[in-house]
Amino acid sequence: MKFNRLLLYLFLCCGAFLALYPFLWMLGASFKTLNEASTPSLNLLPKVWQWSNVTETFRAAPFGLYFFNSFLVAGSVCLSVCATSLMAGYAFARLQFKGRQLLFFIILGSMMVPFELTFIPNFVLISRLGWYNSYAALIVPWCVSAFSIFLMRQAFLALPRDFYDAAVLDGCGHLRFLVRIGIPLVMPSLVTVALFAFLGSYNALLWPLIVTADDSCRVVQIGLVAFYSDAGARLNLLMCASSIIILPTVLIYFVAQRYFVQTTMGTGIKG
Amino acid sequence: MTQFKKRLQIFLFPFVLLAVAGDRCLGMLDDGLDALRRHGLGDWPAALLLLLPAVILLSLFSLYPMGASLQMSFFGGRHGEGDFVGLANYTEALNNPDFRRSFLVTLYYVLGVVPLTVSLSFIIAFGLFKITRGRGLLRSLYFLPYVTSAVAAAMVWRSLFHPQQGVVNLLFSYLGFSPQNWLLEPRGILHLLSHGWIPADLGPSLGLCCIMLFDIWHGSGFMIAVFLAGLSVIPRELEEAARMDGAGEWRLMWHVTLPLLSPTIFFLSIVGVIKAFQAFNSFYALTHAGGLPDTQNLILYVYAQFYQYGYWGYGAAVATLLVLVIVALTLLQWRVLGRKVFYS
Repeated sequence: MKFNRLLLYLFLCCGAFLALYPFLWMLGASFKTLNEASTPSLNLLPKVWQWSNVTETFRAAPFGLYFFNSFLVAGSVCLSVCATSLMAGYAFARLQFKGRQLLFFIILGSMMVPFELTFIPNFVLISRLGWYNSYAALIVPWCVSAFSIFLMRQAFLALPRDFYDAAVLDGCGHLRFLVRIGIPLVMPSLVTVALFAFLGSYNALLWPLIVTADDSCRVVQIGLVAFYSDAGARLNLLMCASSIIILPTVLIYFVAQRYFVQTTMGTGIKG
Repeated sequence: MTQFKKRLQIFLFPFVLLAVAGDRCLGMLDDGLDALRRHGLGDWPAALLLLLPAVILLSLFSLYPMGASLQMSFFGGRHGEGDFVGLANYTEALNNPDFRRSFLVTLYYVLGVVPLTVSLSFIIAFGLFKITRGRGLLRSLYFLPYVTSAVAAAMVWRSLFHPQQGVVNLLFSYLGFSPQNWLLEPRGILHLLSHGWIPADLGPSLGLCCIMLFDIWHGSGFMIAVFLAGLSVIPRELEEAARMDGAGEWRLMWHVTLPLLSPTIFFLSIVGVIKAFQAFNSFYALTHAGGLPDTQNLILYVYAQFYQYGYWGYGAAVATLLVLVIVALTLLQWRVLGRKVFYS
């Protein structure tokens, strides 16, 4: 039994090592000299740490600008998704009005509309609005997510009704209840919604590829692809750029994962 | 210290003011809504206020495009300036060898990635569920690839699988195998494995298999997390009862754990198929916009027709065909797999 357990740990650790190996290699190669990075070897660590690679990467392409754009876009998308799904989720969970069921099913149905069916007309719409190559084109179409509305509705449904009744006695209406009592209570779900919205926007490639034309509002993902075609031969700088791009998402994930786990367990995606 | 406190108070003062003012505004809005409700309007005004932004944005960028795409697919020409051509775009797509090729690539990809990711994730999640120490840490590590950008990770994979500079070929040479071209290899994997017995254009190419491997690596973290959540809600008594009746580990897995987990497996395979049909990032970043027909899937094909060549109508028609295939397959899965799902 003990031997079995040891074998299991060995298997799981090997799997985790394989899953992490590309990241380890990437981090090592970021600080190697060009020559060392492009010769194949099993050495993960550089012989001499080339810290100057970081500054050189930022000099080789306007990554500062790309990062500013990415954070601006992903941050706005994240905040708007949180706002719209809080509001809509609350309305679907707590308000009584005619056509609620129908509207909810329409919104759930829009979740099934696949991206490939919408991106061509959306591109046309964006160009007609004159938003081509602007922040608005990157942000506005992604400000609502049907899945997030669904998640927030589930979170509000789980709140006991008594909270609301007590708040009404103290003079709260729906809006004040939502802001002052609702939001703190649905925090775990809200953090999950924010995490997915941020990551989805930050990691998106196809849509920014279609609606941006030049550096002024390019995001990091596009910047990295462009950097690859310009400087593909400078492997160490390419890896350094990749590491810098991955870093914020990993940090955000580790900070937010406590809430995230709670929500997957709570909503119980059981089928 | 008091100096610091004073400064902090001055700094925070506007924010406190803002919060109080915001609260007052909400209160006034609430009073207004309450007055409207007393006029017999019910919760409608509040619902309108809360739902308006979501409904406007969703109908503009999700529901309207669905109809618009269908309409566009009946028009020929470039950049939306052609005439009505009826179903010509659809018949052209079905007869186009490039379309068929990319459809086949998509199909190989879906059939390869989804079953492998689901089963691998199940095995790892089952292992993680059996241990107690370090479970949280290991789960986070397995989840890590899922949150990282596919583009950045693809850059790393391209370097690892580089024919001359890559670590994978170095390992291959240590193990005594001949080096491969990996992502750049257009010949079929069956052809290479059978030493040329099977023709080179049969089955998925080695390049496509590398893309599959990448997406298995990138996507399994999410499935592991969902499987772990599913495993943790299985009631313990059932396993204990089966063990009392003398069931071994394997029979326990086949007859107790797997049936109880079937809703999770069902959910993951349906979501997995839909996502696999829409894969774009890994294909684009690993092959850099493709060009090679053996690693061009349908989404890349639509992207090229629409964006590079400007055939809006034709692109929309191909996209519609793709969606029809997805819907048909999902319904089929629902019928076939859904019957075997056990809901407690």
